[in-house]
Amino acid sequence: MSHSPSSHVSPASLDADGRLPSGPPPSEALTTRPASILSGVVAVLRGFWSLVTINRKVMVGSGIVGFFVLVALFGPLFIRQNPLKYTFDLIDPPSSAHWLGTNLGGQDLFSQLVVGTRASVFWAFFSGLLVLVISVTVGLVSGYFGGIVDDILSLLTSVFLVIPALPLAIVATQYFPRAEITIAVIVALTNWPWGARVLRAQTLSMRSREFVTAARAGGERTWRVIFSEILPNELSIVAASFITTTIQVLLAVAGLEFLGLGDSSIVSWGTMLNGAYTSSALILGAWWWFAPPGLCIALLGAGLALLNFGIDEFADPRLRRERPAKAAQKKAVA
Amino acid sequence: MRHLIRRLSIYLLAIWAAITLNFFLPRLAPGNPAELYFYRLETHGSINPAALKALEIEFGLNTTDSLWVQYLKYLNNLIHGNLGISITFFPSSVGDIIAQNIRWTLVLLTMSVLISFTLGTLIGVFLAWRRASALDTALSSVMMFLYSILYPWLAFMALYFLAFSLGWFPIQDAYDAATVTPGWNLDFLLNAADHAFLPALTIVVSTVAGWMLTMRNSMITTLSEDYVLMAKAKGLTSRRVMFAYAARNAILPSVTGFAITLGGIVGGSLLVEIIFNYPGVGFSLFQGIQNDDFALTQGILLLVIVAIIIMNLIADLLYAVLDPRAGQERSM
Amino acid sequence: MGASEQMEKLLEVKNLSVDYEASSGTVHAVTDVSFTLRRGEIFGLAGESGSGKSTLAYAISRLLNPPAIITGGQVLYYPPSRAERNAALLQGQAHPIADDQNGQPIDILHLSSAQLRAFRWNELAIVFQSAMNALNPVMNIGTQIIDVLKTHRPGMSGKERKQRALELLQLVGIAPDRLKSYPHELSGGMRQRAVIAIALALSPEIIIMDEPTTALDVVVQRDILAEIMRLREQFHFSVIFITHDLSLLLELADQVAIMYAGRMVEKASQRDLYNNPRHPYSYGLIHSFPTLHGPRRKASGIPGSPPDLRAVPPGCAFHPRCPLAFSACMTDLPVLRHISAASDQQAACHLYDPQFNADPPTTVAIAASYEAKVEGSSVR
Repeated sequence: MSHSPSSHVSPASLDADGRLPSGPPPSEALTTRPASILSGVVAVLRGFWSLVTINRKVMVGSGIVGFFVLVALFGPLFIRQNPLKYTFDLIDPPSSAHWLGTNLGGQDLFSQLVVGTRASVFWAFFSGLLVLVISVTVGLVSGYFGGIVDDILSLLTSVFLVIPALPLAIVATQYFPRAEITIAVIVALTNWPWGARVLRAQTLSMRSREFVTAARAGGERTWRVIFSEILPNELSIVAASFITTTIQVLLAVAGLEFLGLGDSSIVSWGTMLNGAYTSSALILGAWWWFAPPGLCIALLGAGLALLNFGIDEFADPRLRRERPAKAAQKKAVA
Repeated sequence: MRHLIRRLSIYLLAIWAAITLNFFLPRLAPGNPAELYFYRLETHGSINPAALKALEIEFGLNTTDSLWVQYLKYLNNLIHGNLGISITFFPSSVGDIIAQNIRWTLVLLTMSVLISFTLGTLIGVFLAWRRASALDTALSSVMMFLYSILYPWLAFMALYFLAFSLGWFPIQDAYDAATVTPGWNLDFLLNAADHAFLPALTIVVSTVAGWMLTMRNSMITTLSEDYVLMAKAKGLTSRRVMFAYAARNAILPSVTGFAITLGGIVGGSLLVEIIFNYPGVGFSLFQGIQNDDFALTQGILLLVIVAIIIMNLIADLLYAVLDPRAGQERSM
Repeated sequence: MGASEQMEKLLEVKNLSVDYEASSGTVHAVTDVSFTLRRGEIFGLAGESGSGKSTLAYAISRLLNPPAIITGGQVLYYPPSRAERNAALLQGQAHPIADDQNGQPIDILHLSSAQLRAFRWNELAIVFQSAMNALNPVMNIGTQIIDVLKTHRPGMSGKERKQRALELLQLVGIAPDRLKSYPHELSGGMRQRAVIAIALALSPEIIIMDEPTTALDVVVQRDILAEIMRLREQFHFSVIFITHDLSLLLELADQVAIMYAGRMVEKASQRDLYNNPRHPYSYGLIHSFPTLHGPRRKASGIPGSPPDLRAVPPGCAFHPRCPLAFSACMTDLPVLRHISAASDQQAACHLYDPQFNADPPTTVAIAASYEAKVEGSSVR
């Protein structure tokens, strides 16, 4: 195969000094008209919609995740009962007064579930974002610069990748005062290596691509090359990595809360499970106490997983399933 | 060869890092958790002075030694298996507790891992071969749900519905102390298996999903490779194509995934033991956490971490055996 | 090669059509293709990417995966005469499929799975484009050869199989100590040779070669091609040679067929095609390559690009790009027909159909029309 030297920079687009033009002229960017803002919003929404309906898995997945996010944001506004209020209706099965029954302290479990959604969803995404920031930075820097920087960062990544996350998180958390932020940060610090490794591999392959060489030849500053040229091309991997990580940290945070390492004064799915266990909900037959929170965790996780597999399918056509027309199927000979 | 040595050194480094982190963490935390621990320990009664010394060294109390010397003494204790005294099980040493309970955890783990891996892989291969069937869609969706389940929750459900309500399985413990005596007799073994079944089942159900999905996607990608097409073109039997050409290649990502999931399984079995009151080290760990029994938790966790790292190492070696290309540097 | 052998029909493809069902529409990858392969012949199949040539080849051996389906046509295989079969039998090479055919052709598209498996590799083998991808990365090449022997020659002992494998390696010029090598341990050229060795294992009658040298550098290309020719001299198998590199076919092939948008647009002997390409597309293809010898010529490409196979232009699929297109080309579909009563050459072009055009163009005229078109179009 012959190799023709090609550059994505055609001579016509360099400016007088032989550099790439830096963007649209300032005057255009500053003028905004109301009509264009509205049409801009509509365009974004439309783009969003076409993205979400790209295939069935993505649709269902984002539906589930969206549902939980909405409940987390607005759910507690609709709750009349105080989730932490003790009543005398101890261990009551679900009824019209208490939709999900009550726990050992007579607290209404439905309100606890809804309020808990806010904490669980928030910390899961918070921790996930933290992991994202760490792994993207480490991965990009390590992959782009190579050399001794890469060696050190890769070693760090490999070592932490091998140390199991949950046990390490337990070791760390137990010495600190119980607080949700502690858990979230520690979980983030133990779950970043996987994403970092994936991104490093991707950056390595991107680094030698022509558009990067062109950008550097055009004189773009290093950090701009990394963040404006390489990163946008890795977005789908970053997105997939973020989603996978969020599932893991969701489970990790809930696991730590279950073990009693969370802040027992706040309500979340994990702390509800912890409460159920320590109060021997099982022996009391109070399935309505431990079933819903765990179910929510699993559903949110499943929604994220669906989203992930949907993106996978979209990115790799081999995983897609084309639906052939029925008539053509009948005509098939071989 | 060079590649393998590199991998080996990473594992050794990881073990060292875990041990060192273990050393530093109590010293980094705000307040002084170690001192509190000590105080509580002393109020329990008289302690074996050697063990006391070990704890002082472990947590850096009552000492004028520099950090570096403390560290060396800590390492020395570790090598001698001196992990200190447990508050919860006073006056037993941590080492004793672990030695006593680890056998149950191992029983549970072995059963779970074997069943999970085999089942997950076979189902994955089968489903990939029969793509686009209704079974595939249904099972995949179920798997995705199971993939994100919290082990204790599943354990709760299983325990409640299968053991508590229906009475099919025992609710707790490793065996019925009242009816059987430990030892290599059939009664005991059956009883132990009966008790281990439900916990193992919950672990299997949770982890099989992950492996199955990996295997399925891996198989699908592999089945579209040219060498599978060529194998078919060669007129080989479906079975040979599926196993020797497709699965043999598709399983490689699974082996790596196996190592990573293994960490999850061990962690998961710890959680599962709690629900089932199964007297393994996981249960002891939980008790330790509840009592702020740092010596106990530290000891168990360190053991678990090192064990998982070693398992990863073995999986890596296994991969090298399975894939003849593994001798080359891969940014895998 | 005797003359009688030369004329003997080996494979007959009649009106074969293959569709791909995609969610965005049905792609007609191959439409109404017919040709005949004779014993000992090299049949070249040329065309741009997406012309359907590979699909055609895989359809013949029923190796298409869903969503591709064969929607019509026949593939008939004529196993060689009994005399030759018996001779081969005496050498210990059984051809199970040919034994009781009585000269009747075998309908490939309707074989049962067991029969199909017996047919595969015994009668028809394939050399894939990328040897690196076609070889199982976790199996050494010896095993990949012995695989077919185990499946198709149950009578052979382990030792005999190994013997045969070593023989095959020697045939293609690979050192015997490489029997246990893995694909990634071999060079590109050696891998391709290994794939050829596997193809020859059962002495098939037909070998389909799908761009066997495209992935290799030119020096190795020459070697491999020479190797193939030499082996063909020795074993008399027929070859269906698929490539986008027409210049190769003009050297190697006996018969050449040109495909465009899933249809066969020209079929001719090597000489006829080289001297007088009839279909304007064939002309364009041939003259896309500069020649080393001969008069200096303007190298013209063919302006435009191949059509989307979900929406093929009406009439002749090539008409938007053809410098000689006229009114009939946009409405009536041309079929493959002899360009004149006396000629063996066939082209699917209205220029040679007396119904539409009384005066078929000469090669010079076609050349001129291309140059005119190129001059006339603006600089891109």
